[in-house]
Amino acid sequence: MKRLAIILALLIAAPPAIACETFTTGDITVEQVWSRASIGTQRPGVLYMMIRNEGAADDALISISTPIAEKPMLHETTVEDGIASMPHAMRVPVPAGQTVELRPGGYHGMLMGLTEALEEGASFPVTLTLEEAGDLTVLAEVLSMRAEAPECDAAQ
Amino acid sequence: MTLRKLQIALWAAVALVLIGTAGFMLGARNEEPVAAATFQPSFALADAAGRERTDEEFRGKYLLVFFGFTNCPDVCPTTLAEVAQVMDGLGEDAAQVQPLFISIDPERDRQMGLSEFTEAFHPSILGLAGTADETRAAAESFKIFYERQEAEASPDGYSMSHSSALYLIGPEGHWIRQYSYGTPASEILADLQTRL
Repeated sequence: MKRLAIILALLIAAPPAIACETFTTGDITVEQVWSRASIGTQRPGVLYMMIRNEGAADDALISISTPIAEKPMLHETTVEDGIASMPHAMRVPVPAGQTVELRPGGYHGMLMGLTEALEEGASFPVTLTLEEAGDLTVLAEVLSMRAEAPECDAAQ
Repeated sequence: MTLRKLQIALWAAVALVLIGTAGFMLGARNEEPVAAATFQPSFALADAAGRERTDEEFRGKYLLVFFGFTNCPDVCPTTLAEVAQVMDGLGEDAAQVQPLFISIDPERDRQMGLSEFTEAFHPSILGLAGTADETRAAAESFKIFYERQEAEASPDGYSMSHSSALYLIGPEGHWIRQYSYGTPASEILADLQTRL
Protein backbone atom coordinates (compact mmCIF):
# COMPACT_ATOMS: atom_id res chain seq x y z
CA MET A 1 0.00 0.00 0.00
CA LYS A 2 2.76 2.38 0.97
CA ARG A 3 4.66 1.50 -2.18
CA LEU A 4 1.56 2.17 -4.25
CA ALA A 5 1.24 5.58 -2.63
CA ILE A 6 4.83 6.37 -3.51
CA ILE A 7 4.34 5.27 -7.09
CA LEU A 8 1.19 7.37 -7.35
CA ALA A 9 3.00 10.36 -5.86
CA LEU A 10 5.78 9.95 -8.40
CA LEU A 11 3.32 9.73 -11.24
CA ILE A 12 1.57 12.89 -10.10
CA ALA A 13 4.85 14.72 -9.50
CA ALA A 14 6.24 13.86 -12.91
CA PRO A 15 3.55 13.80 -15.56
CA PRO A 16 4.88 12.24 -18.75
CA ALA A 17 5.28 15.43 -20.76
CA ILE A 18 6.18 14.95 -24.37
CA ALA A 19 8.38 18.03 -24.22
CA CYS A 20 10.58 16.15 -21.74
CA GLU A 21 11.14 13.10 -23.93
CA THR A 22 14.50 12.52 -25.53
CA PHE A 23 15.15 11.37 -29.08
CA THR A 24 18.46 9.93 -30.19
CA THR A 25 20.22 8.98 -33.38
CA GLY A 26 23.91 8.09 -33.27
CA ASP A 27 25.69 10.70 -31.16
CA ILE A 28 22.88 13.21 -31.42
CA THR A 29 20.28 13.55 -28.68
CA VAL A 30 17.38 15.96 -28.94
CA GLU A 31 15.15 16.96 -26.05
CA GLN A 32 12.77 19.64 -24.81
CA VAL A 33 11.15 20.01 -28.19
CA TRP A 34 8.31 22.49 -27.83
CA SER A 35 6.20 25.05 -29.59
CA ARG A 36 3.77 27.78 -28.53
CA ALA A 37 0.03 27.63 -28.93
CA SER A 38 -1.11 29.64 -31.94
CA ILE A 39 -4.15 31.77 -32.66
CA GLY A 40 -5.51 30.10 -35.76
CA THR A 41 -3.14 29.40 -38.63
CA GLN A 42 -2.39 32.87 -39.98
CA ARG A 43 0.71 33.67 -38.02
CA PRO A 44 3.87 31.56 -38.05
CA GLY A 45 4.44 29.10 -35.25
CA VAL A 46 7.72 28.56 -33.50
CA LEU A 47 9.84 25.54 -32.61
CA TYR A 48 12.46 25.22 -29.89
CA MET A 49 14.65 22.33 -28.72
CA MET A 50 17.99 21.27 -27.27
CA ILE A 51 20.42 19.30 -29.43
CA ARG A 52 23.35 17.53 -27.82
CA ASN A 53 26.25 16.17 -29.84
CA GLU A 54 28.14 13.52 -27.85
CA GLY A 55 30.33 12.54 -30.76
CA ALA A 56 33.81 13.64 -31.76
CA ALA A 57 32.75 15.24 -35.04
CA ASP A 58 30.92 18.51 -35.60
CA ASP A 59 27.41 18.34 -36.96
CA ALA A 60 24.74 20.84 -37.95
CA LEU A 61 20.99 21.05 -38.18
CA ILE A 62 20.30 21.98 -41.79
CA SER A 63 16.54 21.66 -42.19
CA ILE A 64 13.27 20.80 -40.50
CA SER A 65 10.06 19.44 -41.92
CA THR A 66 6.69 18.80 -40.33
CA PRO A 67 3.17 18.02 -41.54
CA ILE A 68 1.96 20.90 -39.35
CA ALA A 69 3.54 23.59 -41.57
CA GLU A 70 3.91 24.08 -45.30
CA LYS A 71 7.09 26.07 -44.98
CA PRO A 72 9.13 25.36 -41.87
CA MET A 73 12.46 27.18 -41.74
CA LEU A 74 15.36 27.82 -39.45
CA HIS A 75 15.83 31.37 -38.22
CA GLU A 76 18.03 33.14 -35.78
CA THR A 77 16.97 36.11 -33.71
CA THR A 78 19.83 38.51 -33.28
CA VAL A 79 19.75 41.52 -31.01
CA GLU A 80 22.36 44.10 -31.92
CA ASP A 81 22.43 47.49 -30.20
CA GLY A 82 18.97 46.68 -28.88
CA ILE A 83 17.55 46.06 -32.36
CA ALA A 84 16.07 42.61 -32.90
CA SER A 85 16.00 41.10 -36.36
CA MET A 86 15.44 37.57 -37.54
CA PRO A 87 17.63 36.46 -40.42
CA HIS A 88 17.13 33.09 -42.07
CA ALA A 89 19.69 30.62 -40.73
CA MET A 90 21.08 28.20 -43.31
CA ARG A 91 22.34 25.86 -40.64
CA VAL A 92 22.54 25.61 -36.89
CA PRO A 93 26.00 24.34 -35.95
CA VAL A 94 26.09 21.55 -33.37
CA PRO A 95 29.80 21.26 -32.51
CA ALA A 96 31.29 18.03 -31.16
CA GLY A 97 30.70 17.57 -27.44
CA GLN A 98 28.36 20.53 -27.17
CA THR A 99 24.69 21.25 -26.58
CA VAL A 100 22.99 23.79 -28.79
CA GLU A 101 19.71 25.36 -27.83
CA LEU A 102 16.99 26.59 -30.11
CA ARG A 103 15.36 28.92 -27.60
CA PRO A 104 13.52 32.22 -27.30
CA GLY A 105 15.75 35.03 -28.51
CA GLY A 106 18.14 32.78 -30.42
CA TYR A 107 17.96 30.07 -33.02
CA HIS A 108 14.42 28.82 -33.61
CA GLY A 109 12.32 27.00 -36.12
CA MET A 110 9.74 29.21 -37.78
CA LEU A 111 6.67 27.27 -38.88
CA MET A 112 5.11 29.18 -41.74
CA GLY A 113 1.87 28.16 -43.35
CA LEU A 114 0.45 26.26 -40.38
CA THR A 115 -1.86 23.54 -41.62
CA GLU A 116 -3.79 23.58 -38.36
CA ALA A 117 -3.92 25.69 -35.24
CA LEU A 118 -1.49 24.66 -32.53
CA GLU A 119 -3.52 23.80 -29.45
CA GLU A 120 -1.93 23.76 -26.04
CA GLY A 121 -1.25 20.20 -24.93
CA ALA A 122 -1.18 18.79 -28.47
CA SER A 123 1.96 17.41 -30.07
CA PHE A 124 3.23 17.05 -33.61
CA PRO A 125 6.14 15.29 -35.32
CA VAL A 126 9.11 17.16 -36.74
CA THR A 127 11.83 15.59 -38.85
CA LEU A 128 15.20 17.17 -38.27
CA THR A 129 17.86 16.79 -40.94
CA LEU A 130 21.40 16.84 -39.62
CA GLU A 131 24.40 17.17 -41.92
CA GLU A 132 26.19 14.10 -40.51
CA ALA A 133 23.66 12.18 -38.41
CA GLY A 134 20.94 12.30 -41.07
CA ASP A 135 17.23 12.41 -40.27
CA LEU A 136 15.71 12.21 -36.82
CA THR A 137 11.98 12.48 -36.18
CA VAL A 138 11.05 14.01 -32.85
CA LEU A 139 7.79 15.02 -31.19
CA ALA A 140 7.13 18.63 -30.26
CA GLU A 141 4.72 19.53 -27.49
CA VAL A 142 2.57 22.62 -27.81
CA LEU A 143 2.87 24.66 -24.62
CA SER A 144 0.91 27.72 -23.56
CA MET A 145 1.35 30.93 -25.51
CA ARG A 146 2.94 32.34 -22.38
CA ALA A 147 5.45 29.51 -21.93
CA GLU A 148 9.15 30.33 -21.91
CA ALA A 149 10.49 26.79 -21.59
CA PRO A 150 9.18 23.33 -20.76
CA GLU A 151 9.45 22.29 -17.14
CA CYS A 152 11.49 19.10 -17.16
CA ASP A 153 13.21 17.61 -14.16
CA ALA A 154 16.88 16.74 -14.44
CA ALA A 155 17.23 17.98 -17.98
CA GLN A 156 20.60 16.81 -19.36
CA MET B 1 58.03 86.01 2.00
CA THR B 2 59.97 82.88 2.71
CA LEU B 3 59.88 79.99 0.34
CA ARG B 4 58.03 77.98 3.00
CA LYS B 5 55.27 80.62 3.27
CA LEU B 6 54.94 80.85 -0.50
CA GLN B 7 54.51 77.08 -0.64
CA ILE B 8 51.70 77.16 1.93
CA ALA B 9 49.99 80.03 0.13
CA LEU B 10 50.10 78.18 -3.20
CA TRP B 11 48.66 74.99 -1.68
CA ALA B 12 45.93 77.06 -0.03
CA ALA B 13 45.08 78.56 -3.43
CA VAL B 14 44.91 75.10 -4.99
CA ALA B 15 42.59 73.95 -2.21
CA LEU B 16 40.31 76.97 -2.72
CA VAL B 17 40.06 76.32 -6.45
CA LEU B 18 39.22 72.64 -5.84
CA ILE B 19 36.53 73.48 -3.27
CA GLY B 20 35.10 76.13 -5.57
CA THR B 21 34.97 73.78 -8.56
CA ALA B 22 33.35 71.02 -6.56
CA GLY B 23 30.78 73.43 -5.17
CA PHE B 24 30.04 74.76 -8.64
CA MET B 25 29.54 71.26 -10.03
CA LEU B 26 27.28 70.20 -7.16
CA GLY B 27 25.29 73.41 -7.50
CA ALA B 28 24.86 72.89 -11.22
CA ARG B 29 23.67 69.35 -10.66
CA ASN B 30 21.12 70.43 -8.08
CA GLU B 31 19.73 73.15 -10.28
CA GLU B 32 19.08 70.79 -13.15
CA PRO B 33 15.41 69.80 -13.03
CA VAL B 34 14.73 66.07 -13.16
CA ALA B 35 12.38 66.47 -16.09
CA ALA B 36 15.09 67.95 -18.27
CA ALA B 37 17.20 64.82 -17.82
CA THR B 38 14.54 62.70 -19.49
CA PHE B 39 11.92 63.21 -22.19
CA GLN B 40 8.24 62.82 -22.73
CA PRO B 41 7.26 60.40 -25.48
CA SER B 42 3.90 60.95 -27.14
CA PHE B 43 1.59 58.96 -29.37
CA ALA B 44 -1.86 59.08 -30.95
CA LEU B 45 -2.73 55.64 -32.30
CA ALA B 46 -5.89 53.63 -32.89
CA ASP B 47 -6.71 50.67 -30.66
CA ALA B 48 -8.22 47.46 -32.00
CA ALA B 49 -11.70 49.03 -31.97
CA GLY B 50 -10.45 51.93 -34.07
CA ARG B 51 -10.59 54.45 -31.24
CA GLU B 52 -7.71 56.91 -31.02
CA ARG B 53 -5.67 56.59 -27.85
CA THR B 54 -3.06 59.11 -26.75
CA ASP B 55 -0.35 59.20 -24.11
CA GLU B 56 -2.27 61.90 -22.23
CA GLU B 57 -5.17 59.66 -21.23
CA PHE B 58 -2.76 57.45 -19.26
CA ARG B 59 -1.41 60.16 -16.95
CA GLY B 60 -1.34 58.88 -13.40
CA LYS B 61 -0.35 55.40 -14.51
CA TYR B 62 2.93 53.81 -15.36
CA LEU B 63 3.15 52.65 -18.97
CA LEU B 64 5.05 49.53 -19.95
CA VAL B 65 5.54 49.89 -23.69
CA PHE B 66 6.70 47.36 -26.27
CA PHE B 67 7.01 47.95 -30.00
CA GLY B 68 6.55 44.82 -32.11
CA PHE B 69 4.42 43.01 -34.66
CA THR B 70 2.01 40.12 -34.26
CA ASN B 71 3.59 38.01 -37.00
CA CYS B 72 6.78 37.86 -34.97
CA PRO B 73 7.17 34.29 -33.71
CA ASP B 74 10.02 34.64 -31.24
CA VAL B 75 10.93 37.98 -29.62
CA CYS B 76 7.42 39.46 -29.38
CA PRO B 77 5.64 36.48 -27.77
CA THR B 78 8.56 36.03 -25.39
CA THR B 79 8.39 39.66 -24.27
CA LEU B 80 4.59 39.71 -24.00
CA ALA B 81 4.75 36.48 -21.97
CA GLU B 82 7.07 38.31 -19.59
CA VAL B 83 4.77 41.32 -19.42
CA ALA B 84 1.92 38.94 -18.56
CA GLN B 85 3.98 37.46 -15.72
CA VAL B 86 4.80 40.95 -14.45
CA MET B 87 1.13 41.98 -14.50
CA ASP B 88 0.09 38.84 -12.63
CA GLY B 89 2.91 39.37 -10.15
CA LEU B 90 1.83 42.95 -9.40
CA GLY B 91 -1.47 41.77 -7.92
CA GLU B 92 -3.50 44.77 -6.75
CA ASP B 93 -0.82 47.20 -7.93
CA ALA B 94 -1.50 46.10 -11.51
CA ALA B 95 -4.15 48.83 -11.73
CA GLN B 96 -1.33 51.38 -11.66
CA VAL B 97 0.43 49.90 -14.71
CA GLN B 98 -0.85 49.89 -18.28
CA PRO B 99 1.03 47.62 -20.69
CA LEU B 100 0.96 48.77 -24.33
CA PHE B 101 1.84 46.83 -27.45
CA ILE B 102 2.47 49.30 -30.27
CA SER B 103 2.46 47.72 -33.70
CA ILE B 104 5.26 48.67 -36.06
CA ASP B 105 3.53 46.66 -38.79
CA PRO B 106 0.11 48.28 -38.29
CA GLU B 107 -1.60 47.50 -41.58
CA ARG B 108 -0.98 43.77 -41.46
CA ASP B 109 -1.62 43.61 -37.71
CA ARG B 110 -5.01 45.31 -38.06
CA GLN B 111 -5.94 42.75 -40.71
CA MET B 112 -4.78 39.83 -38.61
CA GLY B 113 -6.38 41.00 -35.40
CA LEU B 114 -4.59 42.95 -32.75
CA SER B 115 -6.69 42.33 -29.66
CA GLU B 116 -6.89 38.56 -30.04
CA PHE B 117 -3.10 38.56 -30.06
CA THR B 118 -2.55 40.80 -27.03
CA GLU B 119 -5.38 39.17 -25.06
CA ALA B 120 -3.87 35.75 -25.60
CA PHE B 121 -1.03 36.90 -23.37
CA HIS B 122 -2.86 39.07 -20.85
CA PRO B 123 -6.20 40.88 -20.90
CA SER B 124 -4.58 44.05 -19.57
CA ILE B 125 -2.30 44.51 -22.60
CA LEU B 126 -3.64 47.21 -24.91
CA GLY B 127 -2.68 46.83 -28.56
CA LEU B 128 -2.32 49.97 -30.70
CA ALA B 129 -1.93 50.17 -34.46
CA GLY B 130 -2.07 53.59 -36.11
CA THR B 131 -1.37 54.75 -39.62
CA ALA B 132 2.13 54.52 -41.05
CA ASP B 133 2.76 58.20 -40.26
CA GLU B 134 1.38 58.00 -36.73
CA THR B 135 3.50 54.92 -36.08
CA ARG B 136 6.61 56.65 -37.35
CA ALA B 137 5.87 59.66 -35.13
CA ALA B 138 5.33 57.49 -32.05
CA ALA B 139 8.57 55.58 -32.67
CA GLU B 140 10.49 58.81 -33.07
CA SER B 141 9.12 60.24 -29.87
CA PHE B 142 10.16 57.07 -28.01
CA LYS B 143 13.51 57.24 -29.84
CA ILE B 144 13.16 53.67 -31.06
CA PHE B 145 14.07 52.08 -34.38
CA TYR B 146 12.15 49.82 -36.72
CA GLU B 147 12.57 48.86 -40.32
CA ARG B 148 10.87 46.64 -42.84
CA GLN B 149 13.19 43.99 -44.20
CA GLU B 150 12.46 42.22 -47.42
CA ALA B 151 12.93 38.53 -46.69
CA GLU B 152 11.85 35.81 -49.04
CA ALA B 153 11.83 33.34 -46.18
CA SER B 154 9.17 35.27 -44.24
CA PRO B 155 5.39 35.40 -44.47
CA ASP B 156 4.31 37.91 -47.17
CA GLY B 157 7.96 38.27 -48.14
CA TYR B 158 9.00 40.61 -45.37
CA SER B 159 9.89 40.79 -41.72
CA MET B 160 10.43 43.67 -39.32
CA SER B 161 13.52 44.47 -37.34
CA HIS B 162 12.83 46.61 -34.32
CA SER B 163 14.04 47.89 -30.96
CA SER B 164 13.31 45.01 -28.64
CA ALA B 165 13.34 46.59 -25.19
CA LEU B 166 10.42 47.33 -22.89
CA TYR B 167 10.05 50.99 -21.99
CA LEU B 168 8.79 52.35 -18.70
CA ILE B 169 6.99 55.70 -18.76
CA GLY B 170 6.13 57.43 -15.48
CA PRO B 171 2.74 58.70 -14.26
CA GLU B 172 3.59 62.21 -15.50
CA GLY B 173 4.46 60.92 -18.93
CA HIS B 174 8.23 60.97 -18.63
CA TRP B 175 10.51 58.27 -19.94
CA ILE B 176 12.01 56.49 -16.92
CA ARG B 177 14.04 53.57 -18.21
CA GLN B 178 14.15 50.60 -20.52
CA TYR B 179 14.37 46.91 -19.70
CA SER B 180 16.51 45.36 -22.40
CA TYR B 181 15.28 42.24 -24.20
CA GLY B 182 15.68 39.17 -22.05
CA THR B 183 15.42 40.94 -18.68
CA PRO B 184 13.68 38.32 -16.50
CA ALA B 185 10.11 39.10 -15.52
CA SER B 186 11.12 38.82 -11.85
CA GLU B 187 13.61 41.69 -12.25
CA ILE B 188 11.09 43.92 -14.01
CA LEU B 189 8.52 43.13 -11.32
CA ALA B 190 10.96 43.92 -8.49
CA ASP B 191 11.92 47.22 -10.12
CA LEU B 192 8.28 48.23 -10.62
CA GLN B 193 7.41 47.32 -7.04
CA THR B 194 10.00 49.77 -5.73
CA ARG B 195 8.23 52.55 -7.67
CA LEU B 196 4.57 51.82 -6.90
